Amino acid sequence: MIQVFFQYDFLTYSLYTGLMIGFMAPFLGVFLVVRRLSLISDALSHITLSGIAFSLLLGRYYPFFAGLNPLYMGMAFSVGGALFIERLRNVYRYYKELAIPVIMSAGIGAGVVFISLADGFNNDLFNYLFGSVIAIRQSDFQLIGILTIVVSIMIILFYKEWFFLSFDEDQAVVSGIPKRVLHTLFIVMVALVIAASMRVVGILLVSSLMTLPVAAAIRWARGFRQMFVYAVIFGEISVVTGLVSAFHLDVAPGGMIVMVNILILLISLALTKGKQG
Amino acid sequence: MERKKERPYVLEIENLSYSYGRRNAIENINLKIDEGSFLGLVGPNGSGKSTLIKSILGLLTPQKGSVKIFGKPLNKFRDWSRIGFVSQKANSFNSGFPATVYEVVSMGLYGKIGMFRFLTKKHKEKIIEAIEQVGMEDYINQNIGQLSGGQQQRVFIARALVSEPSLLILDEPTVGVDARSVNNFYTMLKQLNEEKGITLILVTHDIGAMSEYVTDVACINKFLHFHGGAQEFEFQQEEMMSALYGHDVQVLTHNHDHHHHHEYDGGAPQ
Repeated sequence: MIQVFFQYDFLTYSLYTGLMIGFMAPFLGVFLVVRRLSLISDALSHITLSGIAFSLLLGRYYPFFAGLNPLYMGMAFSVGGALFIERLRNVYRYYKELAIPVIMSAGIGAGVVFISLADGFNNDLFNYLFGSVIAIRQSDFQLIGILTIVVSIMIILFYKEWFFLSFDEDQAVVSGIPKRVLHTLFIVMVALVIAASMRVVGILLVSSLMTLPVAAAIRWARGFRQMFVYAVIFGEISVVTGLVSAFHLDVAPGGMIVMVNILILLISLALTKGKQG
Repeated sequence: MERKKERPYVLEIENLSYSYGRRNAIENINLKIDEGSFLGLVGPNGSGKSTLIKSILGLLTPQKGSVKIFGKPLNKFRDWSRIGFVSQKANSFNSGFPATVYEVVSMGLYGKIGMFRFLTKKHKEKIIEAIEQVGMEDYINQNIGQLSGGQQQRVFIARALVSEPSLLILDEPTVGVDARSVNNFYTMLKQLNEEKGITLILVTHDIGAMSEYVTDVACINKFLHFHGGAQEFEFQQEEMMSALYGHDVQVLTHNHDHHHHHEYDGGAPQ
């Protein structure tokens, strides 16, 4: 079943891209979940939508943007949104979660305006919303490949600081860890990964790949390191089975990936009954 | 109190005052702490204990007075890994956090190692050693959330110990720990003090349980009311109690023995 993915270049790209995303999204998702920020990925995916829509809209009027991969604009919007969320969280110290609905509705609002101006939905947009097995191009593959390398280096460099900050922010600050810089760096990474994942999983379902594998992992893991191992394994299983089954059933891969994740989660819950999460 | 001349003071506080707006939290505190002592810093809730600790740790900048740590003025002191701090908040962490005892204790080294550096084999041995010091070696790979309050607090002490501090400051470490564990906990602190020679400052509003374990006591309620040896404190305890905690307690302390004191001041948890 999976052999067909190696017969055609475009399918090979989507498989490899999927594998990279299946690693990055759950990995960063672990930090998001333990910091109780899992909803941020939803907010950022919606702001990515407005970036994509904006790029598609510009593409109608300017040939430059028609040739540009909309992913760039999506990433720019996502990073901008992430930085704005960090600012808002500092402004509303006592209502930190308020930043999430603000960015989420701003993303959808702007996205809908741009889509309407660009004369409504087209096939491209459907792919961005729910992912696509066949829409991944070489340029997507290269961009996401570079991002994977950058994210991996960041994780190696700052794992211990991010771990400490997630566990006990006050004590981490007392021991001299620069909180602001590291939080900002982290949220920018998340923004980039969300924009990148959207090609495969789709905007509306990106956050599922950051949270569902982690939700299953938290049932199994003993310690923080194991969280990553389980989350990435579950993430990869869901991406590969999701992509392959989506291709053969001719459905959007985002939906299949989420269904596989839900299945893994349900099995995990059943097998770890009685354990407190 | 007799003092061995050759030993430097771990902490010298002179004329220290701090106010939040117009309200003075601490006023004119003078306190010198000897190396190797185990000081119980007591006072009722809102007496300025935490303000004093925060000033020592450089988290607050006092309006008046000076603090010297290991002979160095606070603003020139850089060697923070010599000081271990276990905050009251340590027991309000997210208890569902999936981190093992080993992982939590390893965090105590992160500040000392610095950015862009990794744990070496030597560090790993130190982590295990610190866990053994607090008697938690049987739980090394357990998730912290599965432990009892007293056990968790031991793990946080180990985290503070792993960077081998000369001074360990504990801010109300026994809040939320059951009574039997509290005594074991104090016994462990006493051992650390006697065997490892670590200077300890234990901040608490619970006078009763603590006084059998410490070597020195300082009582504050905005001002420093008493500083001296633990035995000296025992003699003056009733007097101190009424000075610190007010008349209600004074009346009651005449009818009860000192083991009951903690019931009167424990009414308003911080």
